[in-house]
Amino acid sequence: MNTFQAFKSDLNAGKTSCVETTTNFIDKIKSNAHLNAFLEIFETTALQQAALVDQKIKEGKGGKLAGMVIGIKDNICYINHKVSASSKILENFESLFSATAINRLLQEDAIIIGRLNCDEFAMGSSNENSAFGPVKNPLDTSKVPGGSSGGSAAAVAAGLCHAALGSDTGGSIRQPASFCGVVGLKPSYGRISRYGLIAYGSSLDQIGPLTNSVDDAALLLEVMGGPDGMDTTAFQEPIENLFPLQEGSSPKNIVFLGDAVNHPNTDPEIVSKTKGLAEKLETLGHHVSFKSFDLIDHLVPAYNVISNAEASSNLSRYDGVHYGYRSKDATDMETTYFKSRSEGFGWEVKRRIMLGSFVLSAGYYDAYFSKAQKVRRLIQDYTNKLFEDADFVIYPTTPNTAFEIGAKTDPIEMYLQDIFTVHANLAGNPCISLPLYRHSNGLPYGMQVMANHYKEKDLLNFSNFLIHTV
Amino acid sequence: MKIDQKLISQLAKLSKLEFTKEELPKIEEDLTKMLAFVEKLNEVDTNNVEPLIYMTAGSQKPREDVAETRITQKEALKNGPQKDSDYFRVPKFLNKKD
Repeated sequence: MNTFQAFKSDLNAGKTSCVETTTNFIDKIKSNAHLNAFLEIFETTALQQAALVDQKIKEGKGGKLAGMVIGIKDNICYINHKVSASSKILENFESLFSATAINRLLQEDAIIIGRLNCDEFAMGSSNENSAFGPVKNPLDTSKVPGGSSGGSAAAVAAGLCHAALGSDTGGSIRQPASFCGVVGLKPSYGRISRYGLIAYGSSLDQIGPLTNSVDDAALLLEVMGGPDGMDTTAFQEPIENLFPLQEGSSPKNIVFLGDAVNHPNTDPEIVSKTKGLAEKLETLGHHVSFKSFDLIDHLVPAYNVISNAEASSNLSRYDGVHYGYRSKDATDMETTYFKSRSEGFGWEVKRRIMLGSFVLSAGYYDAYFSKAQKVRRLIQDYTNKLFEDADFVIYPTTPNTAFEIGAKTDPIEMYLQDIFTVHANLAGNPCISLPLYRHSNGLPYGMQVMANHYKEKDLLNFSNFLIHTV
Repeated sequence: MKIDQKLISQLAKLSKLEFTKEELPKIEEDLTKMLAFVEKLNEVDTNNVEPLIYMTAGSQKPREDVAETRITQKEALKNGPQKDSDYFRVPKFLNKKD
């Protein structure tokens, strides 16, 4: 498997170099162009960096990520490189600075190989909302890879890079990880600085890694996490050393959410495998219990109100004046705004901005926006209560496996794809999707493990145990 | 809550978006579905519940307010859709009748 750890042992044994590996990945990206996972290969800068890192390794000065080849979601800024949020409104926009997460990767000698397709402004669960075409699932190209970090998950699953960065506002790392059979980690809210992440829902957004192993996810979080002067919402405590991970696990208290496991939307095979996991963990000496979750069907409605409100505010900056697309028909101030935005944004983005404007508007603010924030409080309170006793909460990442491209046309049906993932964003908890299972239809699906706030170390150690045990 | 064309045009104005004649029935249909879906929140009793607004635990420490140059004027203009050597250019909008 294409992990950084495997690459490192080859590198140490003198079997490969960073330049050779980067060149191989570039060739593989080109021969997999039909997946539409990469919007652009940063060929020149990636090879320059690879040569530089080879030299540093030779001098014994290589960083923690020396030679790790990483693709980045097209909503994370990298200085002097294009970043478009897969939107026509930002097509050809070049960032003037790098995200804190990117700077930290480069400081440890990672190689950024290119930018990855995603749903426009990270709004979607299938990667069909990209202005630059849908991404195909590498395991079955008639299926979606999930979204919104669909290009990131597809690239890692197809072996086009060692790891990828995604962003997760309501499941956008974990859901595609589940559909493509890779590891996807959403850290606690604020664990990784959001500086340089194109904003969607600011109280929900988190950057995180998609990888082929829990080890690689831990290493990447260790490098990217921690306080940052450029983001006051970043958690102020420094991040612990996460890598190397422990083997095995002491007995844990594990809660399965019965209302999620037995939800009518959940595929029966996924239900039975989840129950099987509970039994297995019990026989391994863990304390397992099933708890109810009365608010399960209110998660996505609360998420939609809050995320769309924040989106309508965040996306007001795209005005056709200082950067981005300007309509050819802009003849005065009003048409500059209205026509540039209407021609620049895709349909999903527009309808979310519209709903966001509605819930924030005078007369509806309390009934919709404040209401959703109150329900969010109840969701977080309940989650905190679960973690008074539980070490981990487990449920399926997705109610189903990857679906056909073009199959879901109803907005609500698509939003309900996030039914199990929005919980962690609403409550702010760290949560990982582990590629533990393969359905009898041949497609993978993930199991989600959630931990208490800022308990990423415990979460990753236990995930390492699970992935080697199940 | 019923979505009608009057509300759509008010929201479009607030959102600085416009919809073509062909798009109007579609946005009305979508927003009707989206709104009906989120109205499920009314089932939840939130009396005496405070809204949850800030997500980061602990106090926030803003950095020292020290002025520094992060980008040059040339860089700031780089992504402008229309510009000259000193300014962003926009369509003329002052000498209109209103």
